[in-house]
Amino acid sequence: MSKRPIRILVAKPGLDGHDRGARILARCFRDAGHEVVYTGCHQTPEQIAAAALQEDVDCVGLSCLSGAHKHLFPKVVQLLREQDAGDIVVIGGGIIPKQDFPVLYDAGIKEIFTPGTPLPEIVDWINEHVVPGREL
Amino acid sequence: MYFAKELLEKCSSLRKKWEDQVKKILSRQGERKERFSTVSDHDIKRLYSPEDIKDLDFEKDIGFPSQFPYTRGLHPTGYRGRFWTYRMFSGMGTARDTNQRWHMLLQNGQTGLSTAFDFPTLMGLDTDSPKALGECGRCGVAIDTLEDFLLLVDRIPLGEVTTSMTINPPATVLWAMYCAAAEKKGVALDQIGGTIQNDMLKEFIAQKTFMCPPEPSVKLISDTIEFGARSVPRWNTVSISGYHIREAGSTAVQELAFTLRDGMEYVEDVVRRKGLHPDEFAPRLSFFFNAHIDFFEEICKMRAARKIWARVMRDRYKAKEERSWWMRFHTQTAGCSLTAQQPYNNVIRTATEALSAVLGGTQSLHTNSLDEVWCLPTDHAVQIALRTQQIIAEETGVANTIDPLAGSYFVEQLTREMEEGAWEYIERIDDMGGMLAAIDQGFPQMEIADAAYRFQTQIDSGEKVMVGVNKYVTEEAEECPLLDIDEAVEQGQLKRLAETKRKRNDRSVRTSLDDLRRACKKGENVMPVCIEAVKNLCTVQEICDVYREVYGLYQDPGLF
Repeated sequence: MSKRPIRILVAKPGLDGHDRGARILARCFRDAGHEVVYTGCHQTPEQIAAAALQEDVDCVGLSCLSGAHKHLFPKVVQLLREQDAGDIVVIGGGIIPKQDFPVLYDAGIKEIFTPGTPLPEIVDWINEHVVPGREL
Repeated sequence: MYFAKELLEKCSSLRKKWEDQVKKILSRQGERKERFSTVSDHDIKRLYSPEDIKDLDFEKDIGFPSQFPYTRGLHPTGYRGRFWTYRMFSGMGTARDTNQRWHMLLQNGQTGLSTAFDFPTLMGLDTDSPKALGECGRCGVAIDTLEDFLLLVDRIPLGEVTTSMTINPPATVLWAMYCAAAEKKGVALDQIGGTIQNDMLKEFIAQKTFMCPPEPSVKLISDTIEFGARSVPRWNTVSISGYHIREAGSTAVQELAFTLRDGMEYVEDVVRRKGLHPDEFAPRLSFFFNAHIDFFEEICKMRAARKIWARVMRDRYKAKEERSWWMRFHTQTAGCSLTAQQPYNNVIRTATEALSAVLGGTQSLHTNSLDEVWCLPTDHAVQIALRTQQIIAEETGVANTIDPLAGSYFVEQLTREMEEGAWEYIERIDDMGGMLAAIDQGFPQMEIADAAYRFQTQIDSGEKVMVGVNKYVTEEAEECPLLDIDEAVEQGQLKRLAETKRKRNDRSVRTSLDDLRRACKKGENVMPVCIEAVKNLCTVQEICDVYREVYGLYQDPGLF
């Protein structure tokens, strides 16, 4: 398969509009040479899964700061799996208490980045764990 | 001129001597860094002296409190007459839970109420909407109908205490509920006081809680301003907010400029659409600023804000009444300055920020709790935050004299720089055709995104410091107790809503919504029909669905 850049969907599930982190990450991924699609705020898990498929992304980065992550993040993974896209790497970030990590990992979220994480750390993680061009 | 010629000559010769000394020192040892700047990346010089402010005009630029342009404050006796209002933003779980928190705060000496709603309410959705699943009561109190609202204000004397409500797209609905609740408690509309945030422009720019497109959103705001001017004279019908602009990552100057330009947009809309004179409504426009961590920058921003607004109202909009020139504002310490790491350090950050708000002359203040980076605050954390204000007010002595920093070369010069920077932005936005046009072009959104990104890279490189995040990091996680919103809250609220829907009169619900639809289509003021609708137990979502149907939906352009 020809080498293409990693394609990432940065998505804001749920109702909160705190998009500072999501937008900074979108720009950071672009600066790191990845192709980035940003959904904007207020997306349902269904909309996010559909966008991930349509944009043929390798990775979905979910950002939620409202406290509804336990409901929203697993739902996105579940919808991707149902549409044979379970190999898309889904990561999450936002205000997520430590005690919620196990539930999210169990649901298929590959990594969680909380406030204060340096951007290069997230970029490195992506480069290490995401392979461009999903196997179809 | 601010200083006598002789003094400036003396100053100049003394400065040359000092500069020589500086040079000598620097040849041996450099300073801590090449460039010193504020948290907003605004350049700060090594020293300020009379020369920096020599061309300020004492009367026009500084003056006295309660005198135009109000740089030194609005009130002739400052905080000597009365402290700022201690107003803690609070709301969680059900209306009953929040009502309990309110009573706890009032018992602890809080002097005003401030309501945080949950996300479904903020977005004009009911708890039973599929989009609301998982969000009920998490970021604030869940309100679906007037019945919830009556529980919220249970045993609260609405004619005595003032209440602020942070509500934007559904502001008409929640304010209608407040009016209806007052009526039920026998308090007349001209006796209630408070504030609805009701500032949609900053939602498109920064906070992103939006529903309908900008133009009709502004129309609804003008409806509330008109209704307030005629029927609820003690209510601040809009709280023009820089807080969220700053939280989204803007600089202090951007916060100042975009907020004031938003305010100007509202003034122009009400004059044009409603035919009111600014003096009929401007005294009830209020503002809301952020108190970020850079101490002097914040104080100067607030002093500059009063000055610019006074000029704008008097000279640009020809307001005659002094009250129309006054910028009254609420301040909240900066949530974005707090750290999840070593959370107890947040107490110190908040205290410093609160002090800057006081020295900047705020009318009311919310202090963040140490655990708010993680969740809604616990009772104990809220109490520390409230006590922080009370200690500043009643122990430190900073409120003994008015605007104590006036005349500081640095403070006066930085105030001027804030003012000039804001005017530059305001003029650029004027040239674009106003704030609606600027938002349409993505201008303020991208200016903020650039500033936010720059700050993040400065943190990553260590150029800017956040203690516990990129310096003085500890290995062991320091944890604080967190407030958990029980999932039973959602179940309980769903049940309540279902019961209300079952027992209400369906015909009057339909009639109310039809009346509202008609008022929207005809361009009439929606407030009177909205009050009828909430009395008939129409839900927040049912009313907002009418707005969505008539005015359409706004889609986030997803700029980054």
